[in-house]
Amino acid sequence: MSLLSAHGISKSFRGLKAVSGVSFDVPQGGIVGLIGPNGAGKTTLFNMIAGVYAPDSGEIVFDQSRIQGLRPDQVCAAGIGRTFQIVKPFAGLSVLDNVIVGGLQREASVPGARRLSLQILEKLGLAAKRDLPAAALTLPDRKRLEVARALATRPRLLLLDEVMAGLRPTECDLLVEVFRDINRHEGLTILLIEHVMRAVMTLARQIVVLHHGEVIARGAPGQVVHDAAVLECYLGEETQV
Amino acid sequence: MPLDLVLNVVISGVLTGLVYGLMALGLSVIFGVVRVVNFAHGEMMTIAMYAASVLFAALGLDPFVAMLPIAAAFFVFGYALQAGLINPFITRPEHSQFMLLVAVAIIIVNAMLMIFGPDARNVQVGYQLESFELGRLLIDKARLYAAAAAVVATAALFGFFRFTLLGKAIRACSDNYLGAKVVGLDVKRLYALTFGLGAACVAVAGCAMVLLVEVTPSLGPAYTLLAFVIVIVGGLGSMGGALLGGVLIGVSEALAGLFIAPSAKSMFSFGLLILVLLLRPQGLLGRRS
Amino acid sequence: MKRRVAALAVLAILLLVLPGFAGPYALSVATLILYFAYTGQAWNVMMGFAGQLSLGHSLYVGVGAYAAGALFFHYGIGPWAGLWVAIALCVLLGVAIGFLAFRFGISGVYFALLTIAFAEFTRIGFDHFDWIGGPGGMFLRVAQRDAWDLANFRGPPLMYYYTMLALTAGAFALCFFLLKSRPGYYWQAIRENEEAAQALGINTFRWKMLAVAISAAMTAVSGVFFAFYYNNLFPEQIFHISRSIEIILGPVIGGVGTLFGPILGAALLTLLSDGITEAVAALGWEIPGIKQVFYGLVLLLVVMFLPHGIWPPLAGRLGLRKR
Repeated sequence: MSLLSAHGISKSFRGLKAVSGVSFDVPQGGIVGLIGPNGAGKTTLFNMIAGVYAPDSGEIVFDQSRIQGLRPDQVCAAGIGRTFQIVKPFAGLSVLDNVIVGGLQREASVPGARRLSLQILEKLGLAAKRDLPAAALTLPDRKRLEVARALATRPRLLLLDEVMAGLRPTECDLLVEVFRDINRHEGLTILLIEHVMRAVMTLARQIVVLHHGEVIARGAPGQVVHDAAVLECYLGEETQV
Repeated sequence: MPLDLVLNVVISGVLTGLVYGLMALGLSVIFGVVRVVNFAHGEMMTIAMYAASVLFAALGLDPFVAMLPIAAAFFVFGYALQAGLINPFITRPEHSQFMLLVAVAIIIVNAMLMIFGPDARNVQVGYQLESFELGRLLIDKARLYAAAAAVVATAALFGFFRFTLLGKAIRACSDNYLGAKVVGLDVKRLYALTFGLGAACVAVAGCAMVLLVEVTPSLGPAYTLLAFVIVIVGGLGSMGGALLGGVLIGVSEALAGLFIAPSAKSMFSFGLLILVLLLRPQGLLGRRS
Repeated sequence: MKRRVAALAVLAILLLVLPGFAGPYALSVATLILYFAYTGQAWNVMMGFAGQLSLGHSLYVGVGAYAAGALFFHYGIGPWAGLWVAIALCVLLGVAIGFLAFRFGISGVYFALLTIAFAEFTRIGFDHFDWIGGPGGMFLRVAQRDAWDLANFRGPPLMYYYTMLALTAGAFALCFFLLKSRPGYYWQAIRENEEAAQALGINTFRWKMLAVAISAAMTAVSGVFFAFYYNNLFPEQIFHISRSIEIILGPVIGGVGTLFGPILGAALLTLLSDGITEAVAALGWEIPGIKQVFYGLVLLLVVMFLPHGIWPPLAGRLGLRKR
């Protein structure tokens, strides 16, 4: 059963076609990776799903309702959470307060949101730093905070935009475990943009490859990694899965 | 309403508008390059006007002559202000810088109040009472000379930015701060230079303006707002826009003064500001950033 | 935590018994401090909480004052009824400005300029508005100044002091509870990073409008107080941009976005500026504008060296920090 499906999505910016006729599915409970060279249109696609802009044409269906053209806050209310490529913490607030803001999406009261937030911080290994101002966190911690905040909105689909960038291999593996865990135990569906192959190939069960705004390949990681077009434009040599 | 009267008023508005345009040009240049919203702009203009009136009273200097030393002094003052007060805080958020200049504005206005008192001052020169006759149209000599000075100063500034190496360097900074730094431009010094230039513009405009109106300390905030209206209507960062905006405001103020009530003319300017902010915030000639 | 409650209790008691040992002049200064503390707090809701810089707040003071004042002047309607009209008008205005600004994506400095433009437009407009007295001003009749007549809000300075104290305490309490609850969290999120806030499900337009509406409503009350305390209103004075700047000085100097900031800032500014005026007068001089130069200098120094205001570092020193 497909939780999210995009049909013929296109978007141009002042004549430059950023995304062109893209269609793909994200199955319920699945983890799909979106890869491709820089400028391929991945973040633009994300932004359209997340409601930052509306596609010029095409449809985005989430849980059987059309969501293209909705505002970002409406998209979140529908059940899609997202992180940003360049993290956007609420610098002046504490780590816990950051997550509480997310938690208030589903919880009616602040104490309830607080309880939920503490649980999520625990899961992401940030519990000890909960009273620190977000501005004082290191980059890896800020990335985890970004994820925690999005998770607090209890999404059914989580959009991760290059969340592994800048993390050391061990940190990256830890985060991969957290996602695997939530996916397995809570059924969270994940769509991720990544350049860090280590993460994508282990986490994603399905991969969609974008190039110049178009889908050039899709399939299981094992297949995509041998695809000639993908190798030519992006991977370069055979990447071990 | 006789056509002659309307035409005279329009011409008068255009000429005054050119002086307004020069004042706004200073603001536009400062904002376009340094990205600082100079909330003390009108106050600087008022100091220039006072300076011209003092030099006239003490030394009998015609304001057009006084323009040179005053502009030079203002260049130094603007440079120092940017280098000393604003550059060190360049990484602070926009609101902070704005507040900084609000503080400077408050200090200037009230310092002038303390020094000169609330009464109006002006400059009386012979040619203020004379006018040129062009058929049935009457053009005030003083107003024409003032507008001419404004046009000359503007042309000089255009030339500087377009043809000199320094001018191009400054334009580079405004286009791309990091890029400019990477190619080795001393951005902070260029910012200070730019603020100095903006201040010099204001100085010339002030010397010209003192021939047309009386100066009181309360003109400061009024001119600041006027400069903003012009720059926003014409387009922030666009030099041509500042002049165009100035002329537009000058003419509309003059006409509003004629057809409605003289005291209501600024109301019209503010109405225009609100409209432009809502409908076309990049102004008439500005680029959408 | 205990320290904070204790400090607050001490402050409350001090303020309650102040009239007992303060002379009439001191009492009027205290009332003025509370007036600026309250109005500053109202402004703070828009700026410190929702991050929208308004430099035209004199608009709400003026409209509030004139609304209640005109109703009293022309129809004898008391301030308690006039209050609701004042609030309604100001909320409408605030919402209109907010709607125009937020729908068209105007923020930061442009928003500040928009607020200034509205205030100035109104100032000049009211100068030509004869029903409320035009430039000559409106004068409210004062029947008596001895007995407490709350219905018409006339009485001794003591009445005004306690009213303002009640208002300030109320504003403080309101902001305290707002901060701890959903509005507080959402506003701060919007202030810190609007895009991220939207991604978390916050309808930023609606919440910004709420902040503007509450701020305008609170400031309207200031206006009504002003009208019935000073009893004379002039457009040139009440809508002037200097009034708007006076309103923001307290919070900016004390600490934008904090609860105590506006109160501390208002107290410091009023006391020090009064001190200066007294000192100057004692020397036999009369220098117009010196008070404002002083304000400007303090503002300059605070913005340069204490960008978060005086309260945060002070609270740290006194051990009154939250965490």
